[in-house]
Amino acid sequence: MTSNDDQTRPTEPVMGDMPEKTDPLDHLLSVDEPEKTDLHDHLLTVEEDLEGNTDRSYSQGALVLRRFLRHRGAMVAVGGLVIVLLLAFTSIGVGPLPGWWPKNYSDLYPLMNGGAPTMKLWPPAIGEHPFGQDTIGKDYFAQVMRGAQISLFIAFAVGIMATIIGTIIGAAAGYLRGFVEAFLMRTTDLFIIIPTLVLAAVLGQMASKAGVIALALVLGLVSWTGLARLVRAEVLSLREREFVAAARAIGTPTPRIIMRHILPNALGTIVVNATLLISAAILIESALSFLGFGVKPPDTSLGLLISNYQSALTTRPWLFWWPGVFILAIALCVNFIGDGLRDAFDPRQQMD
Amino acid sequence: MTPHTNTNTPAYNAETDPVLKFSQLDVNFKTEFGRVHAVKGLDLQVMPGEVVALVGESGSGKSVTATTALGLLPKTARIGGQTLVADKIINELSERGLRSVRGNRVAMVFQEPMTALNPVIRIGEQLTEAMEVHGIAHGREAWDRAVGLLEAVGIPAARRRAREFPHELSGGMRQRVVIAMALACDPEVIIADEPTTALDVTVQADILDLLRSLKDQLNTGILLITHNMGVVADMADRVAVMFKGEIVERGTVEEVLLNPQHPYTRRLLDAVPHLGAGHGQFGTSPLPVAADAGMALEVKDLVVEYKREGKKPFRAVDGVSIDVRRGEIVGLVGESGSGKSTIGRALLGLIPSTSGEVRVLGTDALSVRGKGGNELRKRIGVIFQDPAASLNPRLPVGDVIAEPMSVHKVARGKEREKKVLDLLEAVQLPRSAYNRYPHELSGGQRQRVSIARALSLQPDLLIADEPTSALDVSVQASVLEMLIGLQREFGFACLFISHDLAVIDSLAHRVVVMQYGKVVERGNRDQVLMNPQEEYTKRLLAAAPVPNPIEQKRRRDERHALLASLGDEIVTLDTRELSM
Repeated sequence: MTSNDDQTRPTEPVMGDMPEKTDPLDHLLSVDEPEKTDLHDHLLTVEEDLEGNTDRSYSQGALVLRRFLRHRGAMVAVGGLVIVLLLAFTSIGVGPLPGWWPKNYSDLYPLMNGGAPTMKLWPPAIGEHPFGQDTIGKDYFAQVMRGAQISLFIAFAVGIMATIIGTIIGAAAGYLRGFVEAFLMRTTDLFIIIPTLVLAAVLGQMASKAGVIALALVLGLVSWTGLARLVRAEVLSLREREFVAAARAIGTPTPRIIMRHILPNALGTIVVNATLLISAAILIESALSFLGFGVKPPDTSLGLLISNYQSALTTRPWLFWWPGVFILAIALCVNFIGDGLRDAFDPRQQMD
Repeated sequence: MTPHTNTNTPAYNAETDPVLKFSQLDVNFKTEFGRVHAVKGLDLQVMPGEVVALVGESGSGKSVTATTALGLLPKTARIGGQTLVADKIINELSERGLRSVRGNRVAMVFQEPMTALNPVIRIGEQLTEAMEVHGIAHGREAWDRAVGLLEAVGIPAARRRAREFPHELSGGMRQRVVIAMALACDPEVIIADEPTTALDVTVQADILDLLRSLKDQLNTGILLITHNMGVVADMADRVAVMFKGEIVERGTVEEVLLNPQHPYTRRLLDAVPHLGAGHGQFGTSPLPVAADAGMALEVKDLVVEYKREGKKPFRAVDGVSIDVRRGEIVGLVGESGSGKSTIGRALLGLIPSTSGEVRVLGTDALSVRGKGGNELRKRIGVIFQDPAASLNPRLPVGDVIAEPMSVHKVARGKEREKKVLDLLEAVQLPRSAYNRYPHELSGGQRQRVSIARALSLQPDLLIADEPTSALDVSVQASVLEMLIGLQREFGFACLFISHDLAVIDSLAHRVVVMQYGKVVERGNRDQVLMNPQEEYTKRLLAAAPVPNPIEQKRRRDERHALLASLGDEIVTLDTRELSM
């Protein structure tokens, strides 16, 4: 997470022969056990002795991870997202790699039972077309999986790109202040005042001819603004902290201060908002495809599927429900993960 | 239990029974990693008109104890035993019952007057709030009483002040407002949690005078929580020393401070720096400066201004000249707002200087740029006040200490690692601290880390900005001792910025006193501290409390005499204003 990991550092200098499996934070609680008897030992060193608890040490990152892993909602969401990811990418395969599902999302199959889903809960059975078939007989399970693949790819690509752009712009504006800040933040304002959907629609229209990757790029280019503002705000407060003053007093060059001292401390803000960006990107892509500006046939996405079959809601409701459920599941899972991360980074919110 | 009392609580007698009583108080906190036992079966009582000081270092559980009296502990706390305010058992009260006690029977004076007052509400309204909540006074009447309270705590032009907002008052005035708020409902007991820690010494002395008159004139019981032994000597009738959740010693202030029995109390008292004890009070004293020592730092007519939107710039440092010779420790003393920290930051190039000349080790520090500037920075070390804030929380200790070396590309790999381990040894930290993170260390250990970082390039000049004021006294003593030892070993020159005259007395060769951005007095340590010439220095020295109740009483009388001779008033509670 931080760049310090790659530095050489002695591996556990004097802690070799220490008992392993004790909680390193025991010393925080050790107030509990001994009473009067060892009071005198304590008196000699009022400051807690470091030697007494030499086990593995917890970095801030490790503490965050520990809290995250204990967040029940977030863990369920991680499980849910992993299942969706596995299902989407293993079932119909990716590119040349084949999946375990025998059917293809573009081939036509004979219509069975008016295309109704064959999946049954009891007795559990998958059947020929678990999610049913569309009006011309394409396998809907394969289509939804393909749609989920595209939507997930776009969401993560947008999330990552917007995070990188937003972090760079926010950090530069926040740390350098002055003209740089004014220029960058007014540019950000410029992006904010144009409705994202309209801008994305115009650019997406042009880009979607070039395929999904171009669409992801365009969406990434318009959705970094919120993150840039948040990162700037965080950096503004971090740059006044004394450890930054200490770094400047040593003569640390500016890029190093930003990379080593400021950004790792702004990681909480960045990570939490990146997850929220991802779930927002899913929704934006769905909306764009629904409006016909996003992913173009013959490729498909969850939004496009809904758009294609919106009129079928009464006659063939599964054509509407399945992609809807997947959009909902992905967005919900990502949001919950973001929530868990926020609680993990800021445990004070949970106290009381 | 006599037959004619129909309740099983004995009748409460307001004259002779304690106003605040903790019996077998036991507090547990649930934390992320299990339970922490903060208070272990504590017994303590405060009688009306009595000041009981609860003394201890951070983490001893003293604030937790006091907070139980208001029922304000977070839900993660499990409380055993009883806390009684007059005849009410706090642990058994409902939320509604608690509200009727808070502010009304027991009131609190907080440490930080900046944050204890709501910045968007007028002072008068903050005062009337408690009165209206408890139905003591309403509307006009409450407002008049608020003005009366402000006058009683010695705020001039109270009628106008009541309409002002907290930011328009100075720190000392704000603390008086907080005390007035505590008095608003005429409580039986006031809990003062470090009431003067955030204040300058001269202001602290005024606030202590005010609190003292409070117990004499209103017969209020005061539970004073503090770590400052000087404040205890000045204020308390009885003292209880707390250590790791237990009271280890208790008695009258004379017994405890003059004849401590428990080893912890003795340690605590030994660690308090004594004004007038001079060098060597912590075991080592700095070497005398060589007669032919060159100049490490020369500051001439330094001016630092802060630009203000639409107003003329604020001159924080106004034509200050200081010089430090090689191997010399110069103490820079002043109260908040004197510009002493601004000088430190300007010398480090963290804020631009408006005019003047700064020569560090013979190089003009203000005009030097680029490579020369880096060379210069290598030779200056810096220690900041708050070790919790000045260490990057994301870096382990070893990286923190190695940071200056890696910035200046000094040593690498194994060699750098060895240097870091040597430095850890020099600041008396175990080698295992190498992989620890700052949040796993105590305050004193963190400050040792930041000293190790400051010394990692073997600087010729060290700028220490209040390096011990965020530490407990026993930790402060060991850090000072270590710092003096390191100075003997490395021989660096040091500009030691502090507000604490006793700390300066223990290590400085020379002293410079600042007020409002200007140098007021300068000279050798004993000359300035023992025989001050300027009025401001005299005030400063008179206001610093010493941890000896008898001597402190004498000093207090001397200070009152000094104030009288200077034509100032001594702050007391003016009860005529409270007759309503």
